[in-house]
Amino acid sequence: MNKNTNKKASPNLFNLVQRFSVPLMFILICAVCIPLSGLSANMLINEIVTRMGRNAFLILSLLIPIMAGMGLNFGMTLGAMAAEIALIFVSDWQIVGIPGMVLAAFISIPISVLLGIFCGKILNEAKGREMITSYIMSFFINGIYQLVVLYLMGSVIPIKHGSIKLPRGYGIRNTVSLLSMRQKLDNLLAIQVAGVKIPVLTFIIIALLCLFIVWFSKTKLGQDMRAVGQDMEVARDAGINVERTRIISIVMSTVLAGFGMIIYLQNMGNIATYSAHSQIGMFCIAALLVGGASVDRASIGNVFLGVILFHTMFIVAPKAGAAITGDSMIGEYFRVFVSYAVITLALVMYETNKRRAKSAAGQQLQAAQDAEEAAGKEKA
Amino acid sequence: MTKDKFKAALKSFGLPRLIIAGFLLLLLIMAPFVGADLPTQISNIINRFSWNGILVLAMVPMVHSGCGLNFGLPLGIISGLLGATLSIEFGFTGPLSFLAAVVIATPFALILGALYGWLLNKIKGGEMMIATYVGFSSVSLMCMMWLILPYHSPNMVWGLSGKGLRTTISLEGYYIGALAKIGQINIGAISIPTGTLLFFALLAFAIWAFLHTKTGTAMTAVGSNPAFARAAGINVDKIRMLSVIMSTWLAAIGILVYEQGFGFIQLYMAPFYMALPAVSAILIGGASVNKATIMNVIVGTILFQGIVTMTPTVMNNMIHMDMSEVIRIIASMGMILFALTRKTEAAK
Repeated sequence: MNKNTNKKASPNLFNLVQRFSVPLMFILICAVCIPLSGLSANMLINEIVTRMGRNAFLILSLLIPIMAGMGLNFGMTLGAMAAEIALIFVSDWQIVGIPGMVLAAFISIPISVLLGIFCGKILNEAKGREMITSYIMSFFINGIYQLVVLYLMGSVIPIKHGSIKLPRGYGIRNTVSLLSMRQKLDNLLAIQVAGVKIPVLTFIIIALLCLFIVWFSKTKLGQDMRAVGQDMEVARDAGINVERTRIISIVMSTVLAGFGMIIYLQNMGNIATYSAHSQIGMFCIAALLVGGASVDRASIGNVFLGVILFHTMFIVAPKAGAAITGDSMIGEYFRVFVSYAVITLALVMYETNKRRAKSAAGQQLQAAQDAEEAAGKEKA
Repeated sequence: MTKDKFKAALKSFGLPRLIIAGFLLLLLIMAPFVGADLPTQISNIINRFSWNGILVLAMVPMVHSGCGLNFGLPLGIISGLLGATLSIEFGFTGPLSFLAAVVIATPFALILGALYGWLLNKIKGGEMMIATYVGFSSVSLMCMMWLILPYHSPNMVWGLSGKGLRTTISLEGYYIGALAKIGQINIGAISIPTGTLLFFALLAFAIWAFLHTKTGTAMTAVGSNPAFARAAGINVDKIRMLSVIMSTWLAAIGILVYEQGFGFIQLYMAPFYMALPAVSAILIGGASVNKATIMNVIVGTILFQGIVTMTPTVMNNMIHMDMSEVIRIIASMGMILFALTRKTEAAK
């Protein structure tokens, strides 16, 4: 059946346009907004390169659950929270620079793994509605995160330095400065090309992750994940432990999201303790979808195309909005609206395609049955 | 045998629900000991129940028709907000402006609800996730619209620029307490908003009665077994569309009732997360992803609002730490998670 749909789809230009409608739409938006915004090419490219270094790792962490057929992992926020907790500890211990980041990455791993296992177990209980469940999960863990960071840190969990504690003696301040780590990773090995700063080391790390994902998808476990993503029942019959494979995919995604968050925060230079993670999931998912990914298919190419297009829109929209309407808030709201609209559109397209494929399969089965019946009658 | 029955009842009631009900009971018992003013608390719970009841009621039709929990509640709220702002813009004042707001909000709710219903019919099986994002998109679209639309009423636009609606608009002089003041009863510190409660009762009764009509039964049939319903000659898509329109309209009315109690219209990002408290309230009341009754609405709203009002005061008086926000998030999100992981017929 799979072969058949492929055959039907390949030569059709309309289908191709439909599949890439979101990236095309974005290219159009960017083409209109860039001249209006009045930003110089140099500045724009600089911004895009910075944002690519900042976000690409986070977005790459979404690929593995998609491979395992679990859709867009809104639970990547869990990894982001684990990373924030790790960074709070590291900055309290005053371990600075790259060693601090590496230590934070190591501390984040056990937290991410625990959260990932919990999330994976819950998602296994909610098969067929993984996305909404992982979405609610991110809110639920956010509650636990607030409990830990706002009440337990400083009162139960030892935090020494007053500079990151709230004046009342427990709880963490709204912003924790990461000045000692700020862009340490980006600046190491950074080169300037025609006035554009390229954070080479960050890009090397991102490239390594890409290689890892390519390699991983060819391993036994990666193949198992693909099989589970294709059809859980068939995979189970083939002797794959479906539940375990799904949990592993979520754990990997959560751990990678944690690393990604550390890269993201070292670039920003501070942690917005209670809000840094809340939007991360939404923006990363929107960027991936803008790059032409869908709920069940995403590649590394989608990630990079998505980062470029989405963040170009993000940079130019407020300026362009101000140029058109004289009110910069409209541009701000416009980019938020576009992020949500893109996710909505992608989800709707995925669900309608799924239904169409299902009904096509049903019709095929019906036709085969009819033919069989007809053949049976002829014999009789 | 009675023990088995008890166990079965416990199982159907659900552990998280039991914990939440127990927690509220504990709060109520502890309140006098830690020096919280119980009558004021009870009055608060009743008032908050009257504000939020209809928003929770808006979940019922969609759950019945198998569309799942209505995470797209903000869409209906947007219709209500359009009604509210237009009513003020057109110069209605006093309690009459409430009636005008309801009348103006209705066509918006019907049209948006129909579009929303049409969309949900296209994507059967993925309703809840898409509903969430339909809500988000509509709220962020309206954020732009509140700035652009040509509103002029000086009570609503920014004073300085003379255009663009404010984030919060006071209803003083308009429909503040429009329903609550009808037959309000005051006993000591307890004040009962009779009008609002009666209005809720009226709508709740209407929904209950509707669910017992021929169309209402068809709706339940569609929700519990769409294949069977189709075989029985019911137009599944039409019934689902009807349920979505009803939910959207109830949400529009719900937000207006909320505003008349609260005293302010909140625009821009305010409706963004309004679906989640309503969803968790009905779940706490005993509903599941594909089953909900009016009783679930009433019990759930009382329990949820009870926790929202009681925790800050009791916690503050007891340990001088206001953990209410965190407790509310954990309890309500935990409840939604629990409901989503139950094996139900809805996964089709």
